[in-house]
Amino acid sequence: MSFGSRIWFAWSCFFKVLFDGRFAARVEAASSPARALEEAPAAPPKDSAPEEPDPEPEPKPKPKPKPKPAGKPEKKQPPSVHAALQLLALFQREGRLVDFLKQDVASFDDAEIGAAARVVHEGCRKALDAHAQIEPVRAEDEGANVSVESGFDPASIKLTGDVRGAAPYRGVLRHRGWRATSLELPEAVGENDSHVLAPAEVEL
Amino acid sequence: MTAKAVGIDLGTTHTAIARVGFEGEGTRPRPLAVPQLVARGSVEARPLLPSFVYFAHESEGALALPWDADRTFSVGEHARSRGAESPSRVVSSAKSWLSHTGIDRRAPVLPQSAPEDVEQISPVEVAWKYLDHLSEAWEAELDPNGAPLAEHEVILAVPASFDAAARDLTIEAAYAAGMENVTLLEEPQAALYAWIDASGDDWRQHLSPGDVVLVVDIGGGTTDFSAIAVLERDGALELHRIAVGDHILLGGDNMDLTLAHVLNQTLARDGKKLDRWQMNALTHACRGAKERLLSDADVASVPVVVPSRGSDLMGGSIRTELRRNDVERLLVDGFFPAVDAAAAPAARARGGLTQIGLPYASDPAITKHLAEFLTRQAEAASSLEGFRSAGSGALLAPTAVLFNGGVVKATALRARLLDTLNGWLTSAGASPARILPGEDPDLAVARGAAYYASVRQGEGLRIRGGTARAYYVGIESPMPAVPGIDPPITALCVAPFGMEEGTEAALPPHELGVVVGEPVQFRFFGSSVRRGDEAGASIDDPGEHLEELSPIEVTLPAEGRAEGDVVPVRLRSQVTAVGTLLLEAEPFEPLETGERWKIELGVRATE
Repeated sequence: MSFGSRIWFAWSCFFKVLFDGRFAARVEAASSPARALEEAPAAPPKDSAPEEPDPEPEPKPKPKPKPKPAGKPEKKQPPSVHAALQLLALFQREGRLVDFLKQDVASFDDAEIGAAARVVHEGCRKALDAHAQIEPVRAEDEGANVSVESGFDPASIKLTGDVRGAAPYRGVLRHRGWRATSLELPEAVGENDSHVLAPAEVEL
Repeated sequence: MTAKAVGIDLGTTHTAIARVGFEGEGTRPRPLAVPQLVARGSVEARPLLPSFVYFAHESEGALALPWDADRTFSVGEHARSRGAESPSRVVSSAKSWLSHTGIDRRAPVLPQSAPEDVEQISPVEVAWKYLDHLSEAWEAELDPNGAPLAEHEVILAVPASFDAAARDLTIEAAYAAGMENVTLLEEPQAALYAWIDASGDDWRQHLSPGDVVLVVDIGGGTTDFSAIAVLERDGALELHRIAVGDHILLGGDNMDLTLAHVLNQTLARDGKKLDRWQMNALTHACRGAKERLLSDADVASVPVVVPSRGSDLMGGSIRTELRRNDVERLLVDGFFPAVDAAAAPAARARGGLTQIGLPYASDPAITKHLAEFLTRQAEAASSLEGFRSAGSGALLAPTAVLFNGGVVKATALRARLLDTLNGWLTSAGASPARILPGEDPDLAVARGAAYYASVRQGEGLRIRGGTARAYYVGIESPMPAVPGIDPPITALCVAPFGMEEGTEAALPPHELGVVVGEPVQFRFFGSSVRRGDEAGASIDDPGEHLEELSPIEVTLPAEGRAEGDVVPVRLRSQVTAVGTLLLEAEPFEPLETGERWKIELGVRATE
């Protein structure tokens, strides 16, 4: 995984947790460390084999349950922010992510940004690898010609460019996508305010 | 079906646990991730439990664990990282204190410079805290529905260089943690068992009669050498641990510190001054950079960034870099210099004022320590009955090397050590040694310890060897006091070299006088090279091959005897099934049959 994609991923993860209620809810559901994310975003229906990286070079598009018919979205409980805060605290603790994002990059030269990015990258990558298993949505190389069968899940594959006609769609894989197959957050213990992402430090 | 057993590697810097025979986990030992506090309010299971205890100040409130909401101390990752911020409240390297003969190891001395609100604990209690953490984690998460950890068979790995007292104290800690079915195993043996387990049935193709395996274990804080010989007797293969080296307080942490200090000097020349927190961060960053440089020969330099202490990550962080030639000069040449086989580590003259601290190795050259070990143990293989090797006389000639410990993951360090060793072997006319491919040097000892349980039950090949030392009681010869001259000492062998578990040594005929009703101390010595002394042998001129250990002490109760009387006793030694040395005093004229008193090992010298 290239450095650029990782920055992108850390960034998108952060906002996804904050603003994507369903994603955050799943993170919350998985906040017990013993439990993996059973239902990945594009989990196959129950009759297929359990989640495993597809060994075939050209994986068959997995049949998806039909998206809910348009209309009124279901009324949902607002997601608990606890797990999202925990994730932020984790990335701050291990990789100073909040420090990095809260600073204004405009006044620094690339060398300084680069030095800081190394700290963020090394720490957050370690934290990410220790807590999440992430694999590409499509196994093919980016730039390869791919085919998208009918019934694909629009949440896991996004068609761009001149979209028209009917499946199968032929095109070039521009981004492989990412899917978290498991996520384990640290177990929260004791009475601690999860809104504190990093304590203030006072040296005596 | 393999019986259930648990192996524990109570390491100087990290503790690891593995188990075997549990349902659904296959037949091979499986390492377990240990749940631990990683930051306040955050518990994670990690493969290694850092061997650190942190005592919180009352202002900090509780350091809750899932199984204890009111805890006032922490063990593991949180303790380690907090220790970097508040060093006076943290205990580290407790295992080295446990084998430190210069202190009373049952006395509360840790943390050394504890503030007044911290109740200090003894090295034994620290070891107990680590074992207790494993027990609690076991019940809470590792096997919540099964039997508690203390009820299982537990194999505890200890350094081969641990003397009888340190082994005794380790067992004391295990008993304090409620573990009653516990056995000790030398770490290098555990590493070889892990290798045998990992090689499956193939291992017999790698080793044949005449082989001598040198186990080189370089961990975070200590370095240990052991030699294990392979021989054939009555058509069956046997493994014998023939020699162990000294406990050398030198390891990967020294290397990281060395790099950090050199980079710090470079930064200081540029006017950048680091505080303790930053120095710690620099050491941490150096570890990562070092591993990269030593494992990938194509990398010329690795950037090292000390993050800012405050929230100004950009602008406040300090960037420098670690270059390949620095690492090679400082680590490869500094810690593994290409010396000749006659090299010996430089000994530091003792100052008049010796601070009570750990006896760190004064010479960082691991190759010199190895040369000294092989030279001193030159006769280890030839004195083994039935063993034929092509070895030379001047040094013990290993034919294979098994590396263990975190440091040896670095290929450049492994290569230098092997090249140096093979240089010695070639000039001594022996064939070069080869590497036994090990796996997972961080967890091998715990895995091998769990594997050993089945060996004890008669499956697989057992490494024999018995005690790694002969033990002696020192008796001062009566002579008029002469200032500046120590009275001559006669050493009386009470336990010969290589006593096997469950055996007893014949009673030496010598008698010692013990005063009834008061503790009587004897000077105590050990030797890792005197293989020929039998129990009862008395040596008038012990020479340099005897190492003084903590004194031993016996108290005869006054019942049935007049206080102040001198009772003649002789000493009886036995190696228990657990693997500890039991010394007892038996009166020549017992008041009842079988009367004897236990002798305490490892007590503090009265001065």
